[in-house]
Amino acid sequence: MSDAPETFAFTAENKATADAVIAKYPEGRQRSAVMPLLDIAQRQCGGWLPMPAIEYVADYLQMPAIRVLEVASFYTMYNLKPVGKHFVQVCTNLPCWLNGSDNIMRACQNKLGINSGETTEDGEFTLLEVECLGACVNAPMMQINDDYYEDLDSDVTAQILDDLRAGKQPKTGSQRERYTCEPLGGLTSLSHQEELRAQKVSEKGDN
Amino acid sequence: MLKDADRIFTNIYGLEDVGLAGARKRGDWDNTKKLIEIGREDIIEQVKASGLRGRGGAGFSTGMKWSFMPKEVGERPHYLVINADEGEPGTCKDREIMRNDPHKLIEGALIACFAMQAHAAYCYVRGEFYRETEALQRAVDEAYENGLIGDNACGTGWKFDFYIHRGMGAYICGEESALIESLEGKKGQPRLKPPFPANVGVWGCPTTVNNVESIAVVPEILRRGAEWFAGIGRPNNTGTKLFNISGHVNKPCTVEEEMGIPLKELIERHAGGVRGGWDNLLAIIPGGASVPLLTQEMSSTVLMDFDSLKEVRSGLGTAAVMVMDKSTDVIRAITRLSRFYMHESCGQCTPCREGSGWMWRMMERICAGDATPAEIDLLEEVTKQVEGHTICALGDAAAWPIQGLIRQFRPLMEERGAGGQPAAAE
Repeated sequence: MSDAPETFAFTAENKATADAVIAKYPEGRQRSAVMPLLDIAQRQCGGWLPMPAIEYVADYLQMPAIRVLEVASFYTMYNLKPVGKHFVQVCTNLPCWLNGSDNIMRACQNKLGINSGETTEDGEFTLLEVECLGACVNAPMMQINDDYYEDLDSDVTAQILDDLRAGKQPKTGSQRERYTCEPLGGLTSLSHQEELRAQKVSEKGDN
Repeated sequence: MLKDADRIFTNIYGLEDVGLAGARKRGDWDNTKKLIEIGREDIIEQVKASGLRGRGGAGFSTGMKWSFMPKEVGERPHYLVINADEGEPGTCKDREIMRNDPHKLIEGALIACFAMQAHAAYCYVRGEFYRETEALQRAVDEAYENGLIGDNACGTGWKFDFYIHRGMGAYICGEESALIESLEGKKGQPRLKPPFPANVGVWGCPTTVNNVESIAVVPEILRRGAEWFAGIGRPNNTGTKLFNISGHVNKPCTVEEEMGIPLKELIERHAGGVRGGWDNLLAIIPGGASVPLLTQEMSSTVLMDFDSLKEVRSGLGTAAVMVMDKSTDVIRAITRLSRFYMHESCGQCTPCREGSGWMWRMMERICAGDATPAEIDLLEEVTKQVEGHTICALGDAAAWPIQGLIRQFRPLMEERGAGGQPAAAE
């Protein structure tokens, strides 16, 4: 977890990315790039947006800082406080809740020793209960940084957290015997792909 | 049941090659130039004739929407904005299109842009879909490299650019005017209409906002003909549709089926049936969190399309089917949705900003057994004061699930509010 820096500037690489992003919008509409630029800044800061980064983006786009702060505080994916190296977001909206997201939250709380909205003392993990992440047929699920972990149960959840703590990258996506969002056990449509499905699922299990 | 030969999304599970070579094998980008050469009026006529209704929830005719764009391009350029801010609880269909069948979306965007005389499409993808955005961007890059899009898209002489813009976690940006505000770099707060986006949209220019699925089915409609699409489903509810079946079913899944498939058949054929059998069914929310729930009895006969679900005072919405078996504490379930709407209200209109909180707190009182029957009437009254009194439909969406609950489960709410125990929940 990083402390608040006193100054901020894009790295040369991020500056190039930011300029490419700005070029996606019409002449004179560079303000449209404020969201992607804040995201670039957040990634550079280790997952959150200190004030100097917000002010830097405002200068970069020649916007009043308050307009940028307004954006940063409106959208939930901007973190205005530091977060852990692994940002664990557990969906508890209806489809996940129906399939046991309370157990997933509990598994995270037990494993990490923190509640929703808190960060472990070593700065490794932040836990947050969030709204629907749009992987509902693979419920219950959680997002850790940029990856989705789906079709969870308590044990698998604990294992994923253990792996991350040990510096290992767990398998992402569905944690059960399915490739993506097809029904478990066999296709009910696109039947010509059934053999392919069985093969993909078995390859995935071997990894 | 829909035949495989009539399915549009033939790689929806991502089992085959997602890249351009695989997409071409499945028929994408096959002589797109010819589709475009029929001319913009004919394209719009075909889309109208197919009966395609918007797949984002509202169900407005896609062809009709396109025809609202100015006929001539004036000083202001035209834009297509694709709504990929998929956030309606229960909904996860556009995710699969973007990561597994992205070329259909890009080809559809080219055709739609040509028909509306736009040279650029902006695809607004919810920020959490980071991997999906990467997959879509890979497909966009491939399309550029192969001249399918760019300065001379598919050799048509039409300049077409496809840009991805990531959201950052705001459900309200799925509302088209909030999405436009967000694309302009502002807080996502809905605009008053009129003016409508076709007249004054993004950057003050004529704009059409369409859902991912609506755009992605267009190439196939033009290839096979409007009659083919119109021949699937029922009158005024035509075509194929991606359904997401979640909750208490044995095999939750996403599947493409025909519009108007009976709900029971959809669940039993594709999702392995309700956990514990159909008789163990308590209720179903058939179209994403915003639509009122159906009882077991209603679910047994209803057809999955816009008009059939409207007739039973619910809605097809995004076709996200959430199934609740008899172990479900249905009052707690709707309370969870109320909390969602309170969290996602943008705060612009008082009835929604305050009302969504009131509704949630009253639902909590009922859940906790601290409410009298009179409070249920008061709650209903509050839903009526929110419904229809806000700039956008989020207020309505917050009100409808509660109205549906009261309509179908009032005795249970009275018993519970007075301190009765809930059924054993998960």
